[in-house]
Amino acid sequence: MNAPIRADVLAVTFELDGQPCQALAGETILQAARRAGVEIPTLCYKDGYRPDGNCRVCMVEIEGERVLAPSCCRAPKPGMKVQVESARAIASRKLVLELLMSDAPAEEQRSDSELLTWAAREGVVQSRFPQRAHTPLDFSHPGMAVNLDACIQCGRCVRGCREEQVNDVIGYAWRGDAAKIVFDMDDPMGVSTCVACGECVQACPTGAIMPKLLGTNEVAPREVEKKVDSLCPFCGVGCQLTYNITENRILFVDGRDGPSNQSRLCVKGRFGFDYAMNPDRLTVPLIRKDGYPKEPDFDRVPANWRDAFREATWEEALDHAGLGLARIRDEHGPRSLAGFGSAKCSNEEAYLFQKLVRIGFGSNNVDHCTRLCHASSVAALLEGIGSGAVSNQVSDVQFADVIFVVGANPTANHPVAATWIKNAAKRGAKLVVADPRRTELARHASHVLQFKADTDVALFNALIHAVIDEGLADRRFIEERTLNFEAIRDNVAACSPEAMAPLCGVPAQTIREVARLYARSKASIIFWGMGVSQHVHGTDNVRCLISLSLISGQIGRPGTGLHPLRGQNNVQGASDAGLIPMMFPDYRRVDDLGAIERFEKFWNTSLDHEPGLTVVEIMDAASRGDVRGMYVMGENPAMSDPDLRHARQALATLDLLVVQDIFPTETAWLADVILPATAFPEKTGTFTNTDRMVQLARKALEPPGQARQDLWIINQLARRLGLDWNYDEPQRVFEEMRTSMDSIAGISWERLLAEDSVTYPCEDADDPGQPVVFIDRFPTITGKASLVPAGLIAADERPDAQYPYVLITGRQLEHWHTGAMTRRSYVLDAIEPEATVAMHSDELVRLGVKPGKWCPSLRGAAPSA
Amino acid sequence: VLALLGNLPRRPDLLVEYLHLIQDSQGCLPVEMLTALAEELRMAQTEVFEVATFYHHFDVVKEAETRPPALTIRVCDSGPCAMAGAEALLPALQQYADRLPVPPRIQRVPCIGRCAEAPAVVVHQYPIAPATVQAVDEAVRGNRRDCPLPPDALRLESAMAEGGYAVLRKLLAAPRTTESFESLCAQLQAAGLRGLGGAGFPAGRKWQIVSQQAGDRILVVNADEGEPGTFKDRHYLERRPHQFLEGMLIAAWAVDCRSCYIYLRDEYPGIRHLLQAEIVALQAAASAFASADGWQLPEIHLRRGAGAYICGEESAMLESIEGKRGMPRLRPPYIAEVGLFDRPTLAHNVETLYWIPEILSRGADWFASHGRRGRKGLRSFSVSGRVADPGVKLAPAGISLRELVDEYCGGMAPGHELYGYLPGGASGGILPASLADEPLDFDTLQKHGCFIGSAAVIVLSQHDRARDVAHNMMAFFRHESCGQCTPCRSGTAKAVHLMQAPAWDADLMQDLSVVMIDASICGLGQAAPNPMLSVLKHFPKEVASEGVEILNPESNR
Repeated sequence: MNAPIRADVLAVTFELDGQPCQALAGETILQAARRAGVEIPTLCYKDGYRPDGNCRVCMVEIEGERVLAPSCCRAPKPGMKVQVESARAIASRKLVLELLMSDAPAEEQRSDSELLTWAAREGVVQSRFPQRAHTPLDFSHPGMAVNLDACIQCGRCVRGCREEQVNDVIGYAWRGDAAKIVFDMDDPMGVSTCVACGECVQACPTGAIMPKLLGTNEVAPREVEKKVDSLCPFCGVGCQLTYNITENRILFVDGRDGPSNQSRLCVKGRFGFDYAMNPDRLTVPLIRKDGYPKEPDFDRVPANWRDAFREATWEEALDHAGLGLARIRDEHGPRSLAGFGSAKCSNEEAYLFQKLVRIGFGSNNVDHCTRLCHASSVAALLEGIGSGAVSNQVSDVQFADVIFVVGANPTANHPVAATWIKNAAKRGAKLVVADPRRTELARHASHVLQFKADTDVALFNALIHAVIDEGLADRRFIEERTLNFEAIRDNVAACSPEAMAPLCGVPAQTIREVARLYARSKASIIFWGMGVSQHVHGTDNVRCLISLSLISGQIGRPGTGLHPLRGQNNVQGASDAGLIPMMFPDYRRVDDLGAIERFEKFWNTSLDHEPGLTVVEIMDAASRGDVRGMYVMGENPAMSDPDLRHARQALATLDLLVVQDIFPTETAWLADVILPATAFPEKTGTFTNTDRMVQLARKALEPPGQARQDLWIINQLARRLGLDWNYDEPQRVFEEMRTSMDSIAGISWERLLAEDSVTYPCEDADDPGQPVVFIDRFPTITGKASLVPAGLIAADERPDAQYPYVLITGRQLEHWHTGAMTRRSYVLDAIEPEATVAMHSDELVRLGVKPGKWCPSLRGAAPSA
Repeated sequence: VLALLGNLPRRPDLLVEYLHLIQDSQGCLPVEMLTALAEELRMAQTEVFEVATFYHHFDVVKEAETRPPALTIRVCDSGPCAMAGAEALLPALQQYADRLPVPPRIQRVPCIGRCAEAPAVVVHQYPIAPATVQAVDEAVRGNRRDCPLPPDALRLESAMAEGGYAVLRKLLAAPRTTESFESLCAQLQAAGLRGLGGAGFPAGRKWQIVSQQAGDRILVVNADEGEPGTFKDRHYLERRPHQFLEGMLIAAWAVDCRSCYIYLRDEYPGIRHLLQAEIVALQAAASAFASADGWQLPEIHLRRGAGAYICGEESAMLESIEGKRGMPRLRPPYIAEVGLFDRPTLAHNVETLYWIPEILSRGADWFASHGRRGRKGLRSFSVSGRVADPGVKLAPAGISLRELVDEYCGGMAPGHELYGYLPGGASGGILPASLADEPLDFDTLQKHGCFIGSAAVIVLSQHDRARDVAHNMMAFFRHESCGQCTPCRSGTAKAVHLMQAPAWDADLMQDLSVVMIDASICGLGQAAPNPMLSVLKHFPKEVASEGVEILNPESNR
């Protein structure tokens, strides 16, 4: 809004209250006036939303026109004479304010209501009109309160719900003075299909929809002690937000205008902030009582878990942990130790953690949960195109004509990213959704490929076959930018859509249509998630998607490319920082001589030249007794490992398990030392989202009890492992990181403080960051991409007579990463208190199964929804 | 729902049509069926719900609620019907209904276009006017529910025999050229043909504007006649539907519109059945309309309103045809540029199109030769109220009220003396008897704060009070406001309240009127204060003194 007029943008000059005023191309009278410092009251107008012009408070008088005009919707014309301060315009806006003040009296509105503010400015103190009929309050939602006596029918919530977030829950029903904001079919908000993104709360100018004070039935107060600009701690979208804080408690959260969210949030970002204030928080260092057995066979962490531990001073706990690890290293060699970092911790913490393992432990036995999510994607991407990161940012869908979402459920896992996809579909982009389950996005899709589970490669090869068969392959791109096309062509020769259709259960005609749509469009982008990567053939799945994109020439331009949707808030950054066993920071291989030389010199030490063990291998090694000591920071393998029994057994056999966390997790229950750490809002650090944006989170709360900063804890353990470290502040770690990582060399701490978010690759201080990569070459030795063929492999377990169904794991919108945080958030747990199994309703009827029945599987049981 | 929809296309723009399917088959809209409909149309529940609740002819019923009675008896309570005793008829009918074994629902409704035979009642869709309890009882017992086809309608065969479509066929014989198009526009201009829905925009000029727009053009016919006191379109459609259809096709040909949409108010089911049949007949006879340049009959879509006065506002009408809530659009852009389905749109009232074949065959001079006091052309006055012979009166533009009553309506009804009149339905204001010699036409009454609009003239006598009529009209506007903009949504409600006071607060009413006129989005809100302002200006005695009571406070819905 306040950007200076660029000379290259065509401007219109008109007259505003007798003064010349310049408008940029596409600007309304209102926008031009505000930029010129002329205030015009608005209510139904909200920056970023489509102007609707219904409240009629921004009316201006235009010479020669019979009636007044809404400045929010009118474009100025050259020479147009506009008056904001004419008698007619003033009288009109005052009366509109007076009408609205009678409908929504001051006492019903929130204290910082836009209506109250403008009414006061215009001198409208009391209304001469009677109040309208009272509407009952709706407090049915755990997180939000609805008071339609404060509603002025401006429709901002409707636009927010429908046009911004595309959740389509709020409507405007009935008409005239009976017209009313409704949820679904005039249902109470709490029982409606509302997904609680809270966009309406943020949109409402008067407080008709307000966040509740957590856990109470009262509205949260608006006046707060301080506001801290930070990030959402949940998924990989990396939404920017503002914490509103009083007395070291977060009262409510506002979405901030970050590049990945543009003020949007989802239910987790909006309401999931109170986990940090949960009474379960670890606040004192704990040491396992001598001889207290580690019982790996448990369902939940027992209520009396504390009985296994005694409180200790920090000094004692750190000695026990650090000196204990050092002893194992010295007695059994560097590879007898391993460390799990976390994709929930900051870049600085990830960097320092892997440095501790590589130097302090002396091996590359460091990994984190990326192994269980996108490691297969990263493997295929590194092999094919030389980089594991996304080629384009999510918001690039605005330039896409075709959006192919496969094996991902972004409305639950990446809700704000999903909003951009839905926006694009509304704009007219073709959305193709491929998933064995019909997901929420399907309603917006032009094509839904509901293929049989485990037939991904068959489907993708059929698409590739159709592209080649129908002459839609991009010959020139293949020639100039790729290697090995013949191998792909030969590999899919037998995979015609007609041949694959019976396998994958999608009609051949549909496969061909989608292939044509994808290959012919000006820009096609592919998004995928765990549905693609979590298979025995996960890497093959991704190889196919890469091939599809490359042979169609759909990469390297705005709106077209490959985007594996990153799950955790910092899984990209943690991997970038080297929190993986085969890579130093910036994906330099640990067995690459150049990399070894660089890092041995940089860290002034000698390094293990062999890749370390992965998450899964470490568990195996622990149960064999090869790994004897572990340091786990912010991860919960005793809950997140796919084979829980095996993982818990392995952890229980360790000589020493050091767990650094904020809650008594399942893993902590098996620990020898528990170090109470800080939650996301209690520390400052950088986080890298799925879009390759390095973003700054700022400390908002003081940690509880004796809980300490994670960086401090790592540093203390390092000292006990013989390292003379003195990292006191995150910026010191970050500055060291960027010296060792070319991709972020141009991102200084000062720049982050000023810009909050910088996209990498960013080579130097003048580089704005590169949102689209692979424009003219791939970061491989030849500069070309390699096409890697994939054959059909079946899953290890197929349905049989006893277990005739395939169980596909998925996510609930409200919950995230073992629930350690989300189950401790009041609103999130209140909305979705249980995990459930979903089946097709016809199948439930056929089986005579009622909701709530437990469904047994080879791997456990779960209740049906 | 699946059975009801059958093979019909799953298009959101057909939502209102599909809601009718459910309402007709169930007698209401159960929300569970709305949920199913939303699923089928790939719409959100609330998108269906907000449309369903917008229209008065849909009865949305939630799971826990009881369905409305199978039979609904609608009683018009707008101006002329109220003057003819609707307020007394309502409780009488309610008493009658309560005595029946299965009591029907007695529902107040706004104008149903039978003002000359007031008071009017509809038993399901069977109209009775003038209505008595006895006449209603006969219809209920006789199981009369449907609206009969208009008996006097000239059907296609007879119309052709009488020379119908001759003008169109003559035009089709020669290729359309810029010259021939300009000549047609010139003839309409010379005849002085203006938009007879009420806005009075010159028809030929409109053709020129729309024809200059790039892209596929659409013609939309506004047959949503709803201004209280107006029934002229019904009059013509019931008698000479093909003269109107010919006019529509001439316009479509001239402006090169490939499809035509007729938006017909749901209160005219007889006309709907008639037009359905006649459009089918017309399409079957398409070969008779071979043109020199390969032009073909456009698609003709007959769309059904659902009880919403506001959908007579042209942009609200387009929203409704698109299957949405009938909320007027902001202008610019004008619908000539961005109209139905975002395409350039030519919108005409039924009567405007009706005169086109006749003007082209009899010559522009014929039409323009009529007129008094310097005005040109013919106007179809819908006359109701206290005159001896109400009805549609085709009279010269510029005629005075006194002349209209004396020459065309057989004078005042026995026992009634002229007290005042409404020159243009609910919107056009109220004039006193002292201004009965003013010329009635577009633009002639502005100085008195009035206009003729659709030329719905309601005549008041010494037995009427202007304030009662004004209050009735304001209650109508409140009921019919779409609820989009503050001045209209809130303003009409506050005005109704203020008008119930024995002595009116003139200052506050003036302030309120200014914002409604200046800041409402569409003509409804802009014109709504007119009756109130007219009372203040021309009948101040009625509202100045203490102790005056409102006759029918219950008419405030």
